[in-house]
Amino acid sequence: MEAVAGDRLKTIFLKDIYSIPDGERIKQCLQCGTCSASCPTASWMEYTPREIIAALRAGILERVLKSNTVWLCSSCYSCTVRCPAGIKFTDVMYELKRLGGKYGYVDRKSTTAQMARAFCRTVDRWGKNAECELLARYYLATNPFKALGQMILGIKMILKGRFPLYPHRIRGRKSLRKMIDAVQEGAQKT
Amino acid sequence: MIAPLKKAFSYYPGCSLTSTNRAYDISTRNVARVLGLEMMELEDWNCCGATAYMAIREKRSFVLSARNLALAEKEGRDLVTACAGCYLALHKTNKYFAEDRKMRAEIEKALEAGGESYRGGIQVRHILDVVVRDIGEEEVRQHVVTPFRGLKVAPYYGCQITRPFGEIDDPDFPRAMHRLMEWIGAEPLEYGLATKCCGGMLMTTITDSALELVGRILSEARRIGADCIATACPLCQINLEGYQAKASRKLGCDCSIPVLYFTQLLGLALGLEAEQVALDDNLTSSEPVIAARGR
Repeated sequence: MEAVAGDRLKTIFLKDIYSIPDGERIKQCLQCGTCSASCPTASWMEYTPREIIAALRAGILERVLKSNTVWLCSSCYSCTVRCPAGIKFTDVMYELKRLGGKYGYVDRKSTTAQMARAFCRTVDRWGKNAECELLARYYLATNPFKALGQMILGIKMILKGRFPLYPHRIRGRKSLRKMIDAVQEGAQKT
Repeated sequence: MIAPLKKAFSYYPGCSLTSTNRAYDISTRNVARVLGLEMMELEDWNCCGATAYMAIREKRSFVLSARNLALAEKEGRDLVTACAGCYLALHKTNKYFAEDRKMRAEIEKALEAGGESYRGGIQVRHILDVVVRDIGEEEVRQHVVTPFRGLKVAPYYGCQITRPFGEIDDPDFPRAMHRLMEWIGAEPLEYGLATKCCGGMLMTTITDSALELVGRILSEARRIGADCIATACPLCQINLEGYQAKASRKLGCDCSIPVLYFTQLLGLALGLEAEQVALDDNLTSSEPVIAARGR
């Protein structure tokens, strides 16, 4: 895959982000850092939310995408409700997650990215999430031995009847499939 | 007495409530029945997309949610859900559909490809909001037959019902669950971490970080003297009850405390039996809660 970086990456990202609701507000960032201060996981991020926008402006967004940063976002929306410029930063994070995937910046070690992929595949297949299949896909794609750490909780859940081994499926799977296939992510079609 | 305002909803359980979090589903349905709320399960609903799908396929996650909105519109009823994640995904989709012309056009086109259509005619509601705002204090109090006495509750809202739109309640200082806890005789505590994130999916993917978040939430609830934590989200509930031993080890302090869905507490006060709110499903002991239940 060709390496898309620097100003080219910036241009692509801005085009995508402008295509989501209120995406243009990113221009209004005043670097106050309220987002970083509100973020529950910022202390583990290589680049905090405020620094992400600084990196974008500096044209070095690829450094952010290569780091662990965006996949530490837990979608808690604390930044979004507090941003004085009205930037929906959680949506910005989502856009960055997609951008990193699209241009090959997400590696296999990114566990949260693997989880998101496993989740999409499971839901695409049944129309609903199937916990058992989701975890199987996830641990096979990352580190199967890590599943051992969840054994005790897993057994407790099974004993309580809280971990069905078979998926529920919806009747309208074919129609749902057509809907999903009709969508293109990013700014291309808008 | 004013006749109770009954309103019918289409009910969206969501994936978690049909598997790992049945107790939330069972207690929600039974509470609704007692309070005279009509909820009919949405026919052939699909996954809302949740945060994981949204992360890599945002527009498609809106389409997943929109299919449910379209089905509810056909049934002619507003959609109510108890899952905080589903509430957010469905509500966010509904809002973007209404407010963003481009997004609306794309969603409409996708729905059409699958033979469905949505005109934006329904509202998405969370059960906590429906109980507190639509049913209200007077009505709820009238139905309380076994109020709690001296039960100190740490109301934990999590992220996804108060944020990002703040329509149910204030994003940082919500009161809805506090008020409801008062109505059922419990004592809601001022809980500084009431809206702090539990880590959500990170508990599986980046466990170290999530354990710290969960540990703080649990130990703070203990510190302020809570007898239990009340939650309104299935993922929060699992994270808070399923990892107490690990969080205790990680933080080096005792993190054990009962964690219940607010609907379980409400149900018990409404006179429901322990089985009717599926107390046995919980991994933490509900004994302090049962002991504080009046007669």
